[in-house]
Amino acid sequence: MADDTPLLTLTGITKRFGEVVANRDVDFALRPGEVVGLLGENGAGKTTLMNIAFGLYRPDAGTIAVAGRPAVIGSTADAIALGIGMVHQHTHVVARHSVLENLMAGLAGRYGLIDHTAALARLAEIAAAYGLGLDPDRLVGDLAIGEKQRLDIIRALFRKARVLILDEPTSVLTPQETEGLFSAIKALKTDGVGVVYISHKLNEVRAITDRVVVMRRGAVVADAVNDGTLTNAGLAVLMCGHEPERITRTPHQTGAARLELAGLRLGRGTRPIDLKVQGGEIVGIAGVSGNGQVRFAEAIAGVTSPAAGTIRIDGKAVNAASPRRMQEAGLAYIPEDRLGAGLVGTLPVSDNMVLSRFGASPFAHFGWLDRKAMAAFAERQITDYDIRPPDAKLPIGLLSGGNQQKAIVARELALKPKVLIIAQPTRGLDVTAIAFVHRELMRLRAEGCAILLISDDLDEIFQLSDRIAVMYESAIVCAMAVEQATVAGIGLAMNGGAVEAPA
Amino acid sequence: MSMLDIILDIGFFAAAIRLAVPLLLGTLSELVAERSGVLNLGIEGMMLAGALAGFATAHVTGSLWLGVLAALILGALIGLLMALLVVILRLDQTVAGLGVTMATTGLVFFSYRLGFGESATPPAITPFSTIPLPLLSDIPYIGPVLFNQYALTYITYLLVPALAFFLFRTPAGLALRTVGENPKAAAGVGIDPIKVRILALMAAGALAGLAGAYLNLAAFGSFTFGIISGRGWICLALVVLGRWKPFACAGAALLFGAVDAFQLRLQTSGSVDLPYQLFLALPYVATLIVVIVNTRFAAAPAALMEPYDPEKR
Repeated sequence: MADDTPLLTLTGITKRFGEVVANRDVDFALRPGEVVGLLGENGAGKTTLMNIAFGLYRPDAGTIAVAGRPAVIGSTADAIALGIGMVHQHTHVVARHSVLENLMAGLAGRYGLIDHTAALARLAEIAAAYGLGLDPDRLVGDLAIGEKQRLDIIRALFRKARVLILDEPTSVLTPQETEGLFSAIKALKTDGVGVVYISHKLNEVRAITDRVVVMRRGAVVADAVNDGTLTNAGLAVLMCGHEPERITRTPHQTGAARLELAGLRLGRGTRPIDLKVQGGEIVGIAGVSGNGQVRFAEAIAGVTSPAAGTIRIDGKAVNAASPRRMQEAGLAYIPEDRLGAGLVGTLPVSDNMVLSRFGASPFAHFGWLDRKAMAAFAERQITDYDIRPPDAKLPIGLLSGGNQQKAIVARELALKPKVLIIAQPTRGLDVTAIAFVHRELMRLRAEGCAILLISDDLDEIFQLSDRIAVMYESAIVCAMAVEQATVAGIGLAMNGGAVEAPA
Repeated sequence: MSMLDIILDIGFFAAAIRLAVPLLLGTLSELVAERSGVLNLGIEGMMLAGALAGFATAHVTGSLWLGVLAALILGALIGLLMALLVVILRLDQTVAGLGVTMATTGLVFFSYRLGFGESATPPAITPFSTIPLPLLSDIPYIGPVLFNQYALTYITYLLVPALAFFLFRTPAGLALRTVGENPKAAAGVGIDPIKVRILALMAAGALAGLAGAYLNLAAFGSFTFGIISGRGWICLALVVLGRWKPFACAGAALLFGAVDAFQLRLQTSGSVDLPYQLFLALPYVATLIVVIVNTRFAAAPAALMEPYDPEKR
């Protein structure tokens, strides 16, 4: 325990992808029982660096040492054998296999057979030591996202990992699941396991880490002990090289109700939803993910039909409508699953920019696409919204998450919507991109648009919303002005608790 | 002879098994390939190559078992070629598989002409004879049906539980299934999906070669160009029918073999006066119907036909 030899030492790591230098002469060390926060904007090279440590990429230059001894990590099998485990942002699990099968894949058996008894014992051991338990017989496809991630962590520990790399582990977790993860990390620390914690969430990084390493454009720009003197603002400056813009809401006069939901039921047996959103108002929908937010957004946007109820835009009923009819009625919808529901990843940026309206003038005439008009429109949007790289011909799936979101925002806002439904607008985005999206929402609010903001991120809800409503079990359980709301109260309502404030 | 008489006849069941065995071997071959995530449309060509390799070797050496060995080896080599195309070069599996079948078919026909020339009476070998298993073959009714068969048939019986055991009880089988479901997850736990798929295709090739060799080493005793006549394609359907599980696949092959035996007997019984082509179509129609009914509940390996590219994130 007293041995302070670093578990993992990366020295002078350089990695290029074509012209792009993803890592430039990076030094990194992780000691036993240490939790190191790895911070940086998207594309700063954090994940690349850790993928090198995990054997997914080979560095172009630099050396790796594990427990003080030089190591060549040519494959993930090498990394696992050296006691390195990695939990990716998107979990890599086999949905149709059981928890136990997922845990044992890749392990040698006993006498050429799968050793269930030993595996179950080890699983119980891990559950007891770190509070990380899972039913071994459950089908992984039936697990919630948080449980799948727990499976990934257990899988690394199963292989006796001494170095655990967590890549944005809380981006999909509820506050309760995050707390569970933190207590597991603390238990791992006392066992001498080193943890690399990659995240954008500065509060979490400050809460759980011992040391913080900040990367910018492939290089380490800061390496500081987390002694309580670090501030979010200070870290943010290190990450993006300048003071990030914090968008604040100034109270202003709202107009007449533009979006009215009356008796809307998302499914048979769910409670009806009544909600009004006025022009120039942002209503934030808080809630633990999986409480019907996606269905709610899709029902209003015309993607699915609600079981009952009416939807009015500017006083006009637009029931049983299709996405196109809702768009014509003045509604824009930005879904949470950008690449799945909002964009076609393999099509170029220019085509994606007109995805919702390529069928009519000015982008088509008499059934023929007007490629010139599409390209011109895309070029203009790329310039206006600073979409990078500025190439309209690039398949949009190759852009970063932040630039994809900018593209969707550009496309939907070009329609000058009366009502905007936007779900998880900043999930997975970095500080600069978040500021951009928030600024656009504020601009739209000032122009009198009615905005329904659905987000898991309570900070974001409180920062932007004029009113906050809480969604629980596919119904709105309370709604109040932001001035009346408290984080504790909203948090309670998110878990189905009673709320005193007027609905 | 009425339809009932046909089904109650011991000879009918024995014939059903004889017809089912090559299909079962082919189905197990396809099962192994698909469980690793590769749709092996090269199977028809591999079976044909196995048939020729088996026949030619037996003809030259006079040893049927050397013929079996040759079929296994040539099948595995074509499996390696298929792996080169779809695993290493990551070509489209449909195109590569059809290409392998067409190329091997052409090569087989060419080699046969080269080796045996053109003659009015095709060369023949003395095929395997049936071996009644002591005691077991004395069991009334099922004895003569199941246990008075060729040695290759007994081997095939054993292959079904052996493959099931391999897939569901051994680490290597779990690795194979993991690669077929999610190669990235496999790589993340230290399994090399490329290695697994190459080995799976070689095993699949060997099994397909054996399936082809069975047809002339056990059943016909001679090689004809139409010896496979679409049996490989039938195996593709039978894997779906058998839901990618060895025992269910055996059931599917037996069902097809039974319907095939039934229509053959129905044709010769003369009790139904219909064009014979309709009888020939019967097993295929039966397969279609069962596939339609059955596959709503079946699920192919999730990564089937999806090339694995370790550099792609």
